[in-house]
Amino acid sequence: MNWLLAVLQTMLFVALAPLLAGWLKCCKCRLQNRKAPSIFQPYRDLLKLTNKQPVVAKQASWIFLIAPYIIFSATVLAATVVPLIAVDLPTSASADVIVMVGFFAFARFFLALAGLDIGTAFGGMGSSREMTISSLAEPAMLMAIFTLTMAASTTNLSFAIGHVLNEGFVLRPSFVFALAALILVAIAETGRIPVDNPATHLELTMIHEAMILEYSGRHLALIEWASQVKLMLYGVLIANIFFPWGIAETLGAQALGYGLLAIMGKLALLAIFLAIVETLFAKMRLFRVQEYLSFAYLLGLLGMLSHIILEASR
Amino acid sequence: MILVLAYCAVLLSFASGVLALLMHQRHNLLALSRYWLKKSPESNEKYQSVIDNSLEEKQFPIFLRQAVFVLLGFSGIFAVLAGMSVLTSKEIITDQISLGLPWLPWHVRFDSLSGFFFLIIGIAVSAVSLYGPGYVKSYDENHHPFAALGLFTGLFVSGMLLVLLADDAFFFMIAWELMSVASYFLVAFQHENPANRRAAFIYLLMAEVGALAIILGFGVLASFATGFTFDELRAAELSSTWASIAFVLALTGFGMKAGIVPVHVWLPEAHPVAPSHISALMSGVMLKVAIYGLIRFCFDLIGEVHWQWGLVLLVLGTFSALGGILYAMMQPNLKRLLAYSSVENVGIIFMVLGLSMIFMANGHPQLAALGFLAALLHAFNHALFKNLLFLGAGIIHHQTHELNIDMMGGLIKRMPQTSMLFLVGCMSISSLPLFNGFVSEWLAFQTALQVDVLDNGVLRSLIPVAAAALALTAALAAACFVKVFGLIFLGQPRSHHSDKAHEIQDKGMLAGSMLLAGLCFLFGIFPGLIITLINGVAGQLLGETLPNDAALGWLWLAPVSAKQASYAPPLVLIGALIAAGVSFWYLRRNPSTVMRRAETWDCGFGGLTSKMQYSSSAFTMPFRRIFAKVWMIDEQIDKDMQGAMNQDVAAVRYHLQVQDHSWPRLYQPIERGVNNTAKVVGRIQTGNIRTYLGYSFATLILMLWVIS
Repeated sequence: MNWLLAVLQTMLFVALAPLLAGWLKCCKCRLQNRKAPSIFQPYRDLLKLTNKQPVVAKQASWIFLIAPYIIFSATVLAATVVPLIAVDLPTSASADVIVMVGFFAFARFFLALAGLDIGTAFGGMGSSREMTISSLAEPAMLMAIFTLTMAASTTNLSFAIGHVLNEGFVLRPSFVFALAALILVAIAETGRIPVDNPATHLELTMIHEAMILEYSGRHLALIEWASQVKLMLYGVLIANIFFPWGIAETLGAQALGYGLLAIMGKLALLAIFLAIVETLFAKMRLFRVQEYLSFAYLLGLLGMLSHIILEASR
Repeated sequence: MILVLAYCAVLLSFASGVLALLMHQRHNLLALSRYWLKKSPESNEKYQSVIDNSLEEKQFPIFLRQAVFVLLGFSGIFAVLAGMSVLTSKEIITDQISLGLPWLPWHVRFDSLSGFFFLIIGIAVSAVSLYGPGYVKSYDENHHPFAALGLFTGLFVSGMLLVLLADDAFFFMIAWELMSVASYFLVAFQHENPANRRAAFIYLLMAEVGALAIILGFGVLASFATGFTFDELRAAELSSTWASIAFVLALTGFGMKAGIVPVHVWLPEAHPVAPSHISALMSGVMLKVAIYGLIRFCFDLIGEVHWQWGLVLLVLGTFSALGGILYAMMQPNLKRLLAYSSVENVGIIFMVLGLSMIFMANGHPQLAALGFLAALLHAFNHALFKNLLFLGAGIIHHQTHELNIDMMGGLIKRMPQTSMLFLVGCMSISSLPLFNGFVSEWLAFQTALQVDVLDNGVLRSLIPVAAAALALTAALAAACFVKVFGLIFLGQPRSHHSDKAHEIQDKGMLAGSMLLAGLCFLFGIFPGLIITLINGVAGQLLGETLPNDAALGWLWLAPVSAKQASYAPPLVLIGALIAAGVSFWYLRRNPSTVMRRAETWDCGFGGLTSKMQYSSSAFTMPFRRIFAKVWMIDEQIDKDMQGAMNQDVAAVRYHLQVQDHSWPRLYQPIERGVNNTAKVVGRIQTGNIRTYLGYSFATLILMLWVIS
């Protein structure tokens, strides 16, 4: 029963991800005085792409062909780890938050290889930049996460969320720092403005898009969907770790319903926040990104230190 | 019985070395066999043809090479058996061999720690002996005699095994020197090249300086003990100052062999010039023997560890890990890159060992056991995947005659099997989930996150920073090996050689790599298999195992408790297969949308060439800019101008040289100092016989004065 619920939760996660992307686009359009497409537009795009015949470069090897499947399944696996509407589901015990970061690394590894596979300058450029940014983002992210896991003394997300729920609402300085760090990292890792612009195809600025330039059809659909899941995943992480209230602690129908409503509300708010950020800021130069990410790392470190100095039990 | 297996392993490797000496004795062997056949003609008729066949002029070298590697392989298998049986039985076996001086027998002790490293050596040697016959075939017998290679390989392996068996300081040093000197000859094997001779000399120099430090370390212990056996050294009562001095000496000696920053410089010089299967053994196994030495010295012989030592190891390890991978990234030479990445991995092992010491000294033996376990597991994993990568590099070198990754490309289509095996190695070393490298790194993180139990504020804030450095190391390693795999195997071939390359024909070379790749995957999915074994080692050495053995089942990995952290690789694998399978099945349902191949998009200009691809230096350019202070970078761009006003660029030359900081900062001052001292000392060497007689007279007077 619990396993079934866990699988259902993952499927819900994957199914809702395009909706979040649609809602985000909608908010952004409104803020920029443009007419917004329907929030279901990402579903239509995905459906259209899956029905198209993909065109693959002659140069491409099997790495290029299997990479979308690997990227998609690694991202879905990462989604199984994160509690969406209920805590204490069995899948969250099969892997903890460090493994989740590992899944992202796995997906990125193949994405970067696929970028190099076709042997064009764009692909290599995208891979190189992606690996640079991610290798700077990973320590910052783990620093923020370590702060939380040390406070909760567990790396299991479900238990960590349970810990925050039990504590009640306490404004801990370490959590504030960690939250800020995680938001900065999330923006970098999901390739949003000001680090990367998902809507650009200008060679000087693109990172993620440069690697997937050669993809089309169902392959592109999988990669797009995976990046939507990743965006939602970071959103859920931020929402459920720092503001877990509303998440179902029991497995009753009512609690689950409330849990679903709560997370959708939280994500909608976060998307509005992200849309505002993307509207207010311009994309920064590539070699400013390290300053941005080291700032995120510094925030994580401050969170850690304030936990150790101010909050720890001794 | 178990000890007999271990002795067999040593003797077989020794025998394989001796057998290789017969390479040039074909005529004598022929005469011997004739004589022997004549003596007993009736029973040996059936052997006649076999002997004649194998001693035939053309067949003999091939036969002998195979025989040497078969013996080496059996030595490996026996080492695995010995290691496994001592690990499962958890016995401590001691023995004495009356070799050496008459009143100084060699003491032998075979316990779980030795057994575990026997296992590592055994697996590596087995893989290498599968790989060897095909690889050494390409050496020209006149320039690179197999006798030398085979002899020193055998001595090298038996030296490493003997180090693990040693139970007194004399025997330990003899075995240690056997290992060092034999490997020197292996590094110097292709000695016609001056660079190789230089690399071998640096290696020998550092090995011997390290050995001196180890001897001094033993000496400090022995001065408080009644003798040189390890039992007596264990019983020695040291003040904490002397214990710290012994620790520093041991750290210097073993650290030089293991290759921590800043005494790592021999690794990137020696590994690329040795034959690939030897670099695999040196990098995958010999560095582990150095780590064994350090563990034996600190945790076993000194016994009482201090948290300050742990801190030293942690800091050194962090610098080695970060420095190693950052330098690795900049290397265009594949084997040099792998050598630097060994520095990184040894750094990670040192970090976790340091954590283990810190927890041990602060009275948390269970957490110390966790760190110890992570360190040993990483040593094991590193032996597997680094061996695999070196063997893969050997195959690539064999087929393309290139080691410069900027000259490769597109090999995935030309060498499909090698590319698969190499990919497994790259994924393991980048610590991706489902592969073995991830498990040990995960355990390292789990150890670091237990820092809350410590009281010391400095440690509490330093250890998480080290953990973040570990995260950075892992991410950089992933970037580095994306580069390696991407440039070697993907894209278009960048040189004629790699365009014309084809898959290796020798089955043994593939089988050796396949064995290691299979183990990488196996222990990535079922880490419990090996962790239960290491738990016994921790139990025997630290007197404490992980809190609940039950949580270490084959399915779950929950080192501290299931409430704190757990990882179930088999479930993850199943999940991944389901997700990939469902999406694959759903998307492929319509046959009309099967893909179409087309030319790569070239922005409409036409004519994509291999020169337009990203190169190694292009790929790492962002890193070079961000971490600019780490290297000594010499980057020059020369442009030839032409045309009216000299405005058109005719040709661009790009020159990049990345140098290690440790040469000008550490080694060149030492070199200058030694030269200056030699000059000062040289002043008293006048070359005049009267002066020397005067010196003798003065010495004599001084001696007489001292004695009376």
